[in-house]
Amino acid sequence: MKSFNYIITDPDGIHARPAGILVKKAGGYSSNIQLAKGGKKADAKRIFGIMGLGVKAGDEVVVEAEGEDEEKAVDELKNFFETNL
Amino acid sequence: MITLNGKSVYGGIAIGKILFYKKKGKSVKRRHIENAEAEKKRFQSARTDAKEELKQLYIRALEDMGEANAMIFETHEIMLDDMDYIESVENMIETQKINAEYAVASTSDNFAKMFEAMDDPYMQGRAADVRDISERVINHLCGAGEHRLKLSEPVIIAAEDLTPSETVQLDKDKVLGFITMLGSSTSHTAILARTMNIPAVIGVGEGLSEKYDGRYAVADGTAGVIYIDPDEKTMASMQKKRSEEIQERQLLEEFKGKENVTRTGKKINIFANIGNISDVGLAVKNDAGGIGLFRSEFLYLENDTYPTEEQQFRAYRQVAENMAGKKVIIRTLDIGADKKIGYFNLAKEENPALGYRAIRICLTRPEIFKTQLRALYRAALFGNISIMFPMITSVWEVRQIKKIIEEVKTDLKQQGIPFKEVVELGIMIETPAAAIISRELAKEVDFFSIGTNDLTQYTLAVDRQNTALDAFYDPHHPALLELIRMTAENAHAQGKWVGICGELGADMEMTETLLDMGIDELSVSPAMILPLRKKVRECE
Repeated sequence: MKSFNYIITDPDGIHARPAGILVKKAGGYSSNIQLAKGGKKADAKRIFGIMGLGVKAGDEVVVEAEGEDEEKAVDELKNFFETNL
Repeated sequence: MITLNGKSVYGGIAIGKILFYKKKGKSVKRRHIENAEAEKKRFQSARTDAKEELKQLYIRALEDMGEANAMIFETHEIMLDDMDYIESVENMIETQKINAEYAVASTSDNFAKMFEAMDDPYMQGRAADVRDISERVINHLCGAGEHRLKLSEPVIIAAEDLTPSETVQLDKDKVLGFITMLGSSTSHTAILARTMNIPAVIGVGEGLSEKYDGRYAVADGTAGVIYIDPDEKTMASMQKKRSEEIQERQLLEEFKGKENVTRTGKKINIFANIGNISDVGLAVKNDAGGIGLFRSEFLYLENDTYPTEEQQFRAYRQVAENMAGKKVIIRTLDIGADKKIGYFNLAKEENPALGYRAIRICLTRPEIFKTQLRALYRAALFGNISIMFPMITSVWEVRQIKKIIEEVKTDLKQQGIPFKEVVELGIMIETPAAAIISRELAKEVDFFSIGTNDLTQYTLAVDRQNTALDAFYDPHHPALLELIRMTAENAHAQGKWVGICGELGADMEMTETLLDMGIDELSVSPAMILPLRKKVRECE
């Protein structure tokens, strides 16, 4: 399993639009990808779960990937978070 | 006449008949089914059709409303692919042997409730998205497809709330305005009203009801008020307000993005005068080339004690960032005279206009001045900030200011606090003394901004607060114009630029004269920018 931590800087947090883009992106990997905030976890391929975390600006999230392409997924998603969130 | 209050989301006045849009509100009946597999297939096929429809809506919205607003339909499509949602529907069909319509409606309720229970108002609002996508699937299950609201005449659309898909499918030429019972400023109705330039009043509450269907009304989107069966007086004032707003909007459409250039190719900058952070929006909306005068007094007036460096830094930074690289000229504290603040403990004066004010306070109480300068030099890293000093009469004052600036920079450096090394510095020319010695002053600073209101009062010895002297207050007085001409000439001789930030700048009778003098910038109230641009473009 690979993971990274990230603190959200986008003032809107993870609202509907970036959640949608994240889901599309996560859907491109065969690995199982989880997004966690505090004690709560959500499947990064499911938009309602991600929105349900209610991630706001300043929140720290952990992204975990487990599977064949976990390394690639974590690298690319880290980049995605840094540029979009 | 009935008056209803709501929230204003987009300005403008709509006058016309109300059409109350009632949702068909398909009452979904629970039915027992035998074949769960067949029912799941029905659901999947309706879901596919709904997604196809969203694709079409996305394309349509992309043309009408731009990508940012069209994205909502793509997000809806992604929502319809959500496995939690799909599994919930399929599980209900499977375990409870119920029809797909009912399973979708129940799932929709559960997911919407999850959003409504969240503590963030934005997320609470997303319950509407869940209901919207579910309704779409149910419509397909019923074989109804989408029902479009057909409009035969221009109307004010009233509704409990409008979903994005309902809004995008309206024939925009026939929508005069939106009024809704629910909705927040982040709701789709609000966003779309803004994008489509349609007056809207939302969040009116229970006061707005179906009984007003077909009644004549005025929706004042600027004030957030609805008048049903308006009386004559209201009608007349609203019509006047509407024609003024239409005129303003036409000006905006015609002149936004255009250069401030005369027929013979002379160019001039037109900037905005603002007195608070909230005015920045107006400056941007009216296409200001920059902020020519940002009065910093509000920071002091809104406080019970001296504003801290952090407080000031945040305000200056925000304005600089919002103007995105355009020039923002911030004038340092200008109180005294007619603007007094309790905690400064200023003594009462016989002649406040000739008294202890502006830079005179700053130079004798450097601790106040230094706090402001530190905030300004730090904020300058985040945009294109210039600093301007008011009420200058002598060269030594400017040299003293520069000495204090050096001290401030040394302190910041020692404390390891990041700041911008070189910031453009200018002074107000608002005393005859400054105009007369402008040749010397021009060697000391990067620009001048002529404050014509004070310059007129000091040159003509006419108190501008005394209305009995109106006949003697002549803003076109030859003495004044000579001082302006001289100031411009002296600035240009040193390669410095010169602007005007007083009322004379917006005086259209003078535009031609000021252009001839070679004035480089006019800073006026935001609403005057486009009328002035129009005037400049008509000049030779």
